[in-house]
Amino acid sequence: MYQMLFEIREAEQRAYDLFLQSLVKGTSHLSLGQEAIAVGCAAAMEPGDLSFCTYRGHAHTLARGVEIEKVLGELMSRDNGLMRGKGGSMHLTSVKHGVMGSYAIIGAHLPIACGAAWRAQYKGQKDISVCFFGDGTTNIGAFHEALNLAVIWKLPVIFVCENNLYMEYTPISEVTAVADPAAGRASAYGLESIIGDGQDADEVYRITKRAYDKARDGGGPSLIEFKTYRYSGHSRADPAKYRPVGELEDWREKRDPIKIYRKRMLDAGIAADIIQQIEHKARLKVNEATEVCKIAPPTSIDILSTDVYADGGWAWRN
Amino acid sequence: MAELTYRDAVARGIAQEMKRDPDVVFLGEDIGKAGGVFKTTVGLFEEFGPLRVRDTPISEQAILGAAMGAAMTGLKPIAEIMFSDFIAVCFDYLANEFSKSRYMTNGQVKCPLVVRTGNGGSARFGAQHSQSVENWCMMIPGLKVVAPSTPRDVIGLLAASVRSPDPVVFFEHKSLYAVKGEVEEGEILEALGTAKVVRPGTDATIVALALMVPRAIAAAERLQVEHGINCEVIDLRSLVPLDTRTILDSVARTSRLFTVEENPRLCGWGAEIVSIVVEEGFYNLDGPPVRITTPHIPLPAADALEDMAIPSVARVADTVRRSLKM
Repeated sequence: MYQMLFEIREAEQRAYDLFLQSLVKGTSHLSLGQEAIAVGCAAAMEPGDLSFCTYRGHAHTLARGVEIEKVLGELMSRDNGLMRGKGGSMHLTSVKHGVMGSYAIIGAHLPIACGAAWRAQYKGQKDISVCFFGDGTTNIGAFHEALNLAVIWKLPVIFVCENNLYMEYTPISEVTAVADPAAGRASAYGLESIIGDGQDADEVYRITKRAYDKARDGGGPSLIEFKTYRYSGHSRADPAKYRPVGELEDWREKRDPIKIYRKRMLDAGIAADIIQQIEHKARLKVNEATEVCKIAPPTSIDILSTDVYADGGWAWRN
Repeated sequence: MAELTYRDAVARGIAQEMKRDPDVVFLGEDIGKAGGVFKTTVGLFEEFGPLRVRDTPISEQAILGAAMGAAMTGLKPIAEIMFSDFIAVCFDYLANEFSKSRYMTNGQVKCPLVVRTGNGGSARFGAQHSQSVENWCMMIPGLKVVAPSTPRDVIGLLAASVRSPDPVVFFEHKSLYAVKGEVEEGEILEALGTAKVVRPGTDATIVALALMVPRAIAAAERLQVEHGINCEVIDLRSLVPLDTRTILDSVARTSRLFTVEENPRLCGWGAEIVSIVVEEGFYNLDGPPVRITTPHIPLPAADALEDMAIPSVARVADTVRRSLKM
């Protein structure tokens, strides 16, 4: 778990550095500070379980075991990218890892996750669908439509809200009717109100494992709200000047998911040099992936109009 | 051969596909126990049960989102959006989600699903329950767009849509539901992207879709009887894929092109067809192509007004006659 936390931290930081070097273009939304949710949720999943992510989806994609070079390659528009450059940062998808897509229209994937869960229910399959989204999503219609549908159909779907306190630039508390944007709505759908510490990967694991088991056993959906904090702005374009002075430093100092986990391991008697080895290995992996991507050829222009339709092409007429 | 209504053909087409493939499931508002608000799905709930024919809340985003999630993980859902006007409240899924997922994921995600919806006017439902919105979908890469005009085509094209590995928007015309047609027994399957010459002719080509097909045929009959003008009528049947070959071949014979569109004029599908014919068949034309459309207005409820807005048999016949100056 710690190695994955550390790898994701390094990979996200690397994505930012590559952006500063103009090797990553476009926008991207980093999960620096929010790694524990991705790692804890993924660790509690079984192979075959499905993840539905948002445009802030690098961490969730990596946490399911997708290779770092595939993610960085996609961000860098290289031919070795996860979708060979056709999707970009906001649409990371790896079906073979159960990462069923990263969705960049707020809330769209909550009903989609319901549909995947409906398929499992209809076919008697045991996989569950886990749908990640931010606090801002709780104010859009699809959130409410999906929760209602999931409950009335008793679907094996778990909704995981990552409440990082800011919608984009606006504090979520200023634009939401209840204090806990997801958990505060749970009762409207007859669901238990579940709030967890999103900075503690072990707690995330415990809470989600319980919800997954319930869904797998036919007990229906859960809605979980994890409190967390993103260290960077909403996206590349955002220096996050709207935050009160000291808030970021406070979270970094006291609530950092990596510091929390490191201390727990030290307290449990794990030697510092073993932890350092894990960290060294993670850094090495990210470095190697970066080098692979830097020398990888750019995405092929031959794929411009492939895979629009199932015949592999884009033909709309004869 | 038995006579079947367009309405009953919908249920028969869905049943044909559900019997053939257990992965075909069906969801929408009032489609199950109630048999559909247009009575197009009567008997399916009883035959296939509540797990395959699922009544949903009034949640169009949940309907299309769930259809997509089911499709991308192995089912072949048919989703009903009751009135095509309501596509506007779940347009994200058509415009951004299942139309683009195959491309964005470099072919990893597949969405074999059908969105069935009641389209079109002449039922006095007013501006929010009468529109022809097939052109909203035609402009989105990744979608296929189908609109049958006969009961037999409802079955055959619906079957083709369900079996299509691409997402299909299937526009049923509300004012055709009561129309009867000859339909043979047994499985019916048509091919998407094939237009049909439904009335051969020599003097002009009239291209039409859905309710405009019987009106174009009636106009052609009138022109023949009253003016000796012999029009060819083409039922497009699908907008994507678009059978431009049948249109260009016809215009090569008749030298004149008319489109009859129920959608409001701006960016209607006829504009695309005219542009293709002008680009690729210009020297076959003896006169300018003419588009006969609903004007660029919202549809009114009152019958006298709605009848003026939507192309009628008289307007089609009159426009063709004047344009040919015969």
